[in-house]
Amino acid sequence: MLLGPALAVSALLFTLGVAGVLLRRNAIVIFMCVELMLNAVNLTFVALAQRVGVAGHVFVFFVMAVAAAEAAVGLAIILAVFRHRETVDLKNIDLLKG
Amino acid sequence: MREPLFWTFGALAVACAIMCITRRSPVASALYLVVVMFSLAVLFVLLDAQFIAALQVLVYAGAIMVLFLFVIMLLNLGRPGPSDIKGPAGVAAAVLLPGVLLLQLAALGGATPPEAITLPAEALATLQRQEGVVNAVARPLFEEYLIPFEITSLLLLAAIVGAVVLAKRRL
Repeated sequence: MLLGPALAVSALLFTLGVAGVLLRRNAIVIFMCVELMLNAVNLTFVALAQRVGVAGHVFVFFVMAVAAAEAAVGLAIILAVFRHRETVDLKNIDLLKG
Repeated sequence: MREPLFWTFGALAVACAIMCITRRSPVASALYLVVVMFSLAVLFVLLDAQFIAALQVLVYAGAIMVLFLFVIMLLNLGRPGPSDIKGPAGVAAAVLLPGVLLLQLAALGGATPPEAITLPAEALATLQRQEGVVNAVARPLFEEYLIPFEITSLLLLAAIVGAVVLAKRRL
């Protein structure tokens, strides 16, 4: 059934995604780490679909649609910010920082 | 046969994820992420989700990662500049917090789905043999989950309009 190994790999991938978001300052790489987290959750859905029914596969669909929308809007925001500040390093993007 | 393959590609995915978050160049990170997504597609096949695996390659590796590489190219970030990895405090947070998260997930790992909703073993494979791999996913998508499916189209429309408005210099 492979449920245990799949959940283990999924937990590791999600954790690495969180670590990447905390570790990096490049906005595009942070975005890729968010995609990594979404992929880890997809693996959980697919693994549990074997035990709980095919609805898990349907939810992977919805996650993929959200990921595509998020990538399109997020990358457009990064483009707009880059046009103003000439950088994607979050250290230099601190307009709302107190 | 399945288990060694699963562990091989699972280890490949984790190794490439580590490379992805530690490479300095965004292009290298993106290419390692593509390898992670292909390995995940293999894992999906091993978990009886062949259609999802095809979608994973088409949508994630094909479309989303190309979008990322396109933006990297557009912003001319290809050559590695000064490192963007945070200082010691950031590294400590990036080790400590995910470590706690992993402990929590490990504690959850022993839990199994409740008996009342658990299907008999091989139920999914039987369903796919009877209905076909695509039909087994499409039937709940267009019956039980029809309204969420329609709402997804609104989400995508909003994303398209938002991306155009944000990325366009002058409307």
